[in-house]
Amino acid sequence: MSADVFDAAARPLPLSAVDESRWTRRLLIAVALAFMGLFLLAPLLVVFIEAFSRGAGFFFDAIVEPDALAAIQLTLLAAAISVPLNLFFGVCAAWCIARFEFKGKGLLITLIDLPFSISPVVSGLIYVLMFGLHGWFGPWLRDNDIQIIFALPGIVLATIFVTFPFVARELIPLMQEQGGEEEEAAVVLGASALQIFWRVTLPKIKWGLLYGVLLCNARAMGEFGAVSVVSGHIRGETNTMPLHVEILYNEYNMTAAFSVAALLALLALVTLAAKSALEWRFSAELAALKKH
Amino acid sequence: MVPRFKAFAAALFGSALALGAAAAHAQTTILNVSYDPTRELYADFNKAFIAKWKADTGQTLTVRQSHGGAAKQARSVIDGLEADVVTLALAYDIDAISDAGLINPGWQAELPFNASPYTSTIVFLVRKGNPKGIKDWNDLIRDDVKVVTPNPKTSGGARWNFLAAWGYALEKNNNDEAKAKDFVARLFKNVPVLDTGARGSTVTFTQRGIGDVLLAWENEAFLSLKEVGEDKVEIVVPSLSILAEPPVTVVDKVADRRNTRPVAEAYLSYLYSAEGQELAAKHFYRPRLPEVAAKHAKRFPQLKLLTIDQNFGGWRAAQAKFFADGGVFDQITGVK
Repeated sequence: MSADVFDAAARPLPLSAVDESRWTRRLLIAVALAFMGLFLLAPLLVVFIEAFSRGAGFFFDAIVEPDALAAIQLTLLAAAISVPLNLFFGVCAAWCIARFEFKGKGLLITLIDLPFSISPVVSGLIYVLMFGLHGWFGPWLRDNDIQIIFALPGIVLATIFVTFPFVARELIPLMQEQGGEEEEAAVVLGASALQIFWRVTLPKIKWGLLYGVLLCNARAMGEFGAVSVVSGHIRGETNTMPLHVEILYNEYNMTAAFSVAALLALLALVTLAAKSALEWRFSAELAALKKH
Repeated sequence: MVPRFKAFAAALFGSALALGAAAAHAQTTILNVSYDPTRELYADFNKAFIAKWKADTGQTLTVRQSHGGAAKQARSVIDGLEADVVTLALAYDIDAISDAGLINPGWQAELPFNASPYTSTIVFLVRKGNPKGIKDWNDLIRDDVKVVTPNPKTSGGARWNFLAAWGYALEKNNNDEAKAKDFVARLFKNVPVLDTGARGSTVTFTQRGIGDVLLAWENEAFLSLKEVGEDKVEIVVPSLSILAEPPVTVVDKVADRRNTRPVAEAYLSYLYSAEGQELAAKHFYRPRLPEVAAKHAKRFPQLKLLTIDQNFGGWRAAQAKFFADGGVFDQITGVK
């Protein structure tokens, strides 16, 4: 009996990948690759092929067309406002949750996750119900000539709402795992709170933070549902890139639709490439961090 | 890295604000909130009107457009989408905006022809060669036919579709409402997808290849012939249909607050001018001006058309009976 236990403990865990025959392994890899190719690469490729199906000139024409340019500007602007805000609040929230014990912590974590579980349509509608003409603040806003929904502020609010969890969700487990010993040491050594944050905490969490920001940014630029509800679909004014793609597609303008879609995909790919480049540039540091 | 990113974000934000500010005080802008299939019409019409307005007043005007299912668009205007004019699929959607206090009652009498500068009707679009042999409404309830139409709850075109089918069934069954209800229930059993707007349904039928027949606005059907190709689809004109009157009006509250009433009114009355009517005809809407209508008469088939006022007692009555919560449409889809 005791010998059995000893045996089981001494034997390495069953490494199925090694135990499997070479063919099974190859088959599994082939299935995984085929799956990725079929569901990830092929659709992405189709977007680019369609976009350039009438030549590069048409692609650029579709992108510099005034309504498309306005959509690109709006999308970048909405991301440029919502990502830094979510970066700030995400770090604050993660800091609170990972470093302090307080009543209602579980509730706060649940609340942070709320945008993940709520349908984007509802996320948009809550702002219509709050700021719409017949919403809570509607009459007051109109009397003061402030437009929230069907204008930039509404689009930014909806974007912030749906992208809120990305940074915080990335940081909370990381900071909880890392613990606070270094910070405590810094306090003992007489560092100020700001010094602790910049010199101790930030270096520890920067990779998680970067990843959270990239995901947040990708979603901010790509959000369709919630933004669609609060946009009002005014061309050249409140149409973001994803909404513009839909409009072009519905107007039999396939190539232009795919051109804007390709640009949107390209923006996402650039963010991913930037992340990989940074990881490569700081690979040594990253490895040290992981060992730690 | 983070401080640098923040500086970058701040720079981006700053330049974007500058751009936005420059665009904001440049010129007069009006917003036309319209229904789904009028995209091409108003793209053309706006260009013509902007040129005319410039010639008449010297002002540079921008006309913004928003398109979608008519009920959804009306809902947005009620919720605060700042439309100076609305050009929707049917009168009830404008009544709803009026009931919310944004448009003065009696709006439909303010412009000629029930405030509808152009009309249309509902026809069938089928695959080339009409493989299922679809000739009339009674073919739509066959078990082997899949019908594509948008959702009457959100789309104006879909409500015209529904009423045309209802009118046909009533006529075939000596005005027996129970039989008409059974007829439309069977028709909607054959509908695989309900899009929110007419254009969504057209795309479902033509691009995604779903269904055997699309219940379409006549103008939307003609546009499909042009865009998708006469070698792919063809139009079938049923024995009876409905006179669809898409109305237009100024949104009084918005236009008065933004001081855009003169331009908004000029915009709508230009729809009734010979130029406006020609553009409507060019985009396959039936013009109202007799001389323009006569010129394009050959293009539009003559068929028996029911009217909303004579056959259904007006849009308020039709909306309450058929499309309100618990109305006929809910009853027939509920038993589905």
